[in-house]
Amino acid sequence: MEILLAFVVGGLFAASVYLILRRNLVRLIIGIVLLSNAVNLLIFTMGRMTRGEPGFIPVGQELPPEVIANPLSQALILTAIVIGFGLLAFTLVLVYRTNKDSILVDSDDLRDEEIDPSVYHK
Amino acid sequence: MAILLIVFSGFALSLLAPWLTQPLGKAAGWVFALVPVGIVAGLATYTGAIAAGETVSVSYDWISITAFDVTLSFYLDGLSLFFGLLVSGVGALIYVYGGGYLEKHHHLGRFFSYLSMFMAAMMGMVLADNLLTFYIFFELTSFASFMLIGFNHDNAGSRRSAWQALLVTKAGGLAMLIGFLLIHQVTGTMQISEIIQMGGLITGSEFYLAILLLVLGGAFTKSAQFPFYFWLPNAMKAPTPVSAYLHSATMVKAGIYVLARLHPALSGTPEWIAIVTGFGAVTMLMSAWLALQYTDMKGILAYTTVMALGLLTMMLGVGSEIAIKACMLFVLVHALYKASLFMIAGAVDHGIHERDVTKLGGLRHAMPITAGAAVLAGLSMAGLPPFFGFIGKEIVYEAALNGGVAETLLAVTSLLANIALVAGAGLLVARPFFGKPTAIAKKAHAAPVSLYIGPVVLAGLGLALGLFPGPFGELFLLPAVAAVTGEPVEFSLYLWHGFTIELAMSVVTVAAGVGLYLGWDAMRRTVAARGFERWLGTGLDRGYDHTINGILAFGKWQTRLLQNGYLRNYMTTILSVGVVLIAVSYIRGGLFAWPAEAMGPIELHEWVLSALILGSALGTILFTSRLSAIAALGIAGFSIALMYLSFGAPDLAKTQFLVETLTVILFVLVLVRLPNLKEPASRTGKARDAIIALSVGALMTLLMLAALRLPFDSNMATYYAQNTYTLGEGRNIVNTILVDFRALDTFGEIAVLLVAGFGIYALLVLGRKDDDDAPADDDPSRPDISTPVSTTETA
Repeated sequence: MEILLAFVVGGLFAASVYLILRRNLVRLIIGIVLLSNAVNLLIFTMGRMTRGEPGFIPVGQELPPEVIANPLSQALILTAIVIGFGLLAFTLVLVYRTNKDSILVDSDDLRDEEIDPSVYHK
Repeated sequence: MAILLIVFSGFALSLLAPWLTQPLGKAAGWVFALVPVGIVAGLATYTGAIAAGETVSVSYDWISITAFDVTLSFYLDGLSLFFGLLVSGVGALIYVYGGGYLEKHHHLGRFFSYLSMFMAAMMGMVLADNLLTFYIFFELTSFASFMLIGFNHDNAGSRRSAWQALLVTKAGGLAMLIGFLLIHQVTGTMQISEIIQMGGLITGSEFYLAILLLVLGGAFTKSAQFPFYFWLPNAMKAPTPVSAYLHSATMVKAGIYVLARLHPALSGTPEWIAIVTGFGAVTMLMSAWLALQYTDMKGILAYTTVMALGLLTMMLGVGSEIAIKACMLFVLVHALYKASLFMIAGAVDHGIHERDVTKLGGLRHAMPITAGAAVLAGLSMAGLPPFFGFIGKEIVYEAALNGGVAETLLAVTSLLANIALVAGAGLLVARPFFGKPTAIAKKAHAAPVSLYIGPVVLAGLGLALGLFPGPFGELFLLPAVAAVTGEPVEFSLYLWHGFTIELAMSVVTVAAGVGLYLGWDAMRRTVAARGFERWLGTGLDRGYDHTINGILAFGKWQTRLLQNGYLRNYMTTILSVGVVLIAVSYIRGGLFAWPAEAMGPIELHEWVLSALILGSALGTILFTSRLSAIAALGIAGFSIALMYLSFGAPDLAKTQFLVETLTVILFVLVLVRLPNLKEPASRTGKARDAIIALSVGALMTLLMLAALRLPFDSNMATYYAQNTYTLGEGRNIVNTILVDFRALDTFGEIAVLLVAGFGIYALLVLGRKDDDDAPADDDPSRPDISTPVSTTETA
């Protein structure tokens, strides 16, 4: 199973890199979202995968069952998902704001605007 | 302790001078001169011991690292004593002179500060025993001279000259540092006093040629040898007291000092003799005649200084005992007359603001004392008896004739250079002071005592030493020469050597020099003379400009190329370089192998989910409609959530569902306000990006496959699983890790979200200039964007 996911993660990386290389800022943000998904899935895969068996300790016992899914990689990913969302929200608003002040959703225009703001400002 | 005081009193004065100059007023120069006088007195107490062949060394631990120790160690022998006395003695007169020359300058305090720093650095350099300590002081002299040359910093020419002097000498200094490290590599020590005892070790090593060239790089740039001399005439932009100090006795002699100091360890090989003698001779001859192309007194002085440096280098290259004697003697001869003449030129300039010898004449009437000093200095420069310069010139001729190195060639070269020197002395002394009085010269008035005491003392010393050279020879010259040759020497100095071939050469020199002086006006205007000036006088300076401009243009070009401001270019560069570097190590490490045991059975829904993830990821690229792209992104996210769910991670799945829903909502809200997803990239651009993207993806897959083959270490996970209930009193292991075992991480995560929330609030609400007429409430996305952030904290 891990091998299949290695290819899925590779595909996600390829897609997100391609999107990050686009000039359109919205594509760029979609790329960032895909990238954080790819990384999360990578961590999940490398923590090795176990079908079913979430990491719960049954009532009345002190130890979990013999076989459970790796809880450590899950904890790391949980943190990463939330932070990734914070990043996404901030970036989206940044682009939204840039677009409101000028007419830009193109990263090349952003650079040119730094050199001569008068051209692009609304 | 006394030696520490000798070195560091100058630095102390450098710190105090700016505060003391104002209260001391006119007396400042005289009071500050007490410091170098004290240094002279301190050094003089060692004279007897040094002359008896003893050496003094002190050492303090400074920086200790595994490879070598940088000790604050000082070593006093004949050579360092000789140079130390020269630096501090001339320094004392320069303080007095500078105080008078720059009396009304509003930055006089700063001047004294730089001057003191420079003097202290020179003292540290000539006394240093550790190569790295030596290097630090050597570079400090470059730095202090940068400040001094650029003292008139509101003048663009001064700034350029200071910058040029700094760049040229620092470049050489860096080369020298590498040479020093190689010396350490060969000898295993940093102590100069030990290195000069192991001559054969360095000259016999495989690094010898590299060491020699690198050290010469430092010495030649500092001492303005061909082809690096061009910075020295430009440095005449400095105030004259600076020129008098830096270019007569001190900074430019630093390179000579390096060669003399390391002479026992590096000299005597065919390479040394050929390179050092050759460059010295070329520099000497060329600059002596270049001096005659100038009418500015400081220009003439600058090139005759380069000539003297060439002569000294040539003598060090020859390296026989008599040549070293000539070298050391000429160091003092030159310092005495050159410092005087610089100060005299400055006094004239200070009085009537004119330094062009063609416009000066008859100054002896208005400036009798200065004129007297000028005559003494000029005669010493021309090498007439009974002046010190005569002894110097005789011994130089003797050394050239008996040096054992290309005798005839060196003798003729020295003769030609000295002829030009005689003519130069005439231009500097005879013409301005005794020529026909000119209009501008009639405005002259007598210089104040501070401006003539220096020339009078130094030029007078030139006469006194000429008449009675014996004691100087025994007390100072013998130990200095012995230190440079590395073995005891025996000789005496006399003014009169009898009727020798050297005397005949002197007669020729003076006769031809006087003739040249008389024919100077006509000669200067010839085509040959002008061409000579254009190529060697300013040609290298232009070459320097081309080099600097070339470096700047290259810098600009590569900055524009690499730092072009286009985001995707940065990404392209970073990703391509990263992929290539990692792929190279991947292949060289032979990391690839198929982790068959990680394959296992795959169930249908897992195939479906994988296909959905990849398919929708492709969709985000291919769909041109905004909503379709967002929908594809959502499908990818939800499929990943389902994948989490089927592999025992319900918490992850839950969070992913929430976040993915919010993401889609957020996108949709913002996107309705943005233009559509038009993509202006060309076909080749897209193809190139696709190649990069696929390489990154493939590399990630390969890395994962390689890592999957390694044994899995589950210790951490097992620890958490077994202690969740006993230590954390929780039943959900993942949650207990987050809020208990790794609570600090979670706290950090909440802080990140808080900061992001503040940022979003600031972007949406604050700093909107155009909001006065457009109320924020009509912006539908704002409340929806800021609220989800707080909800996810509970996820």
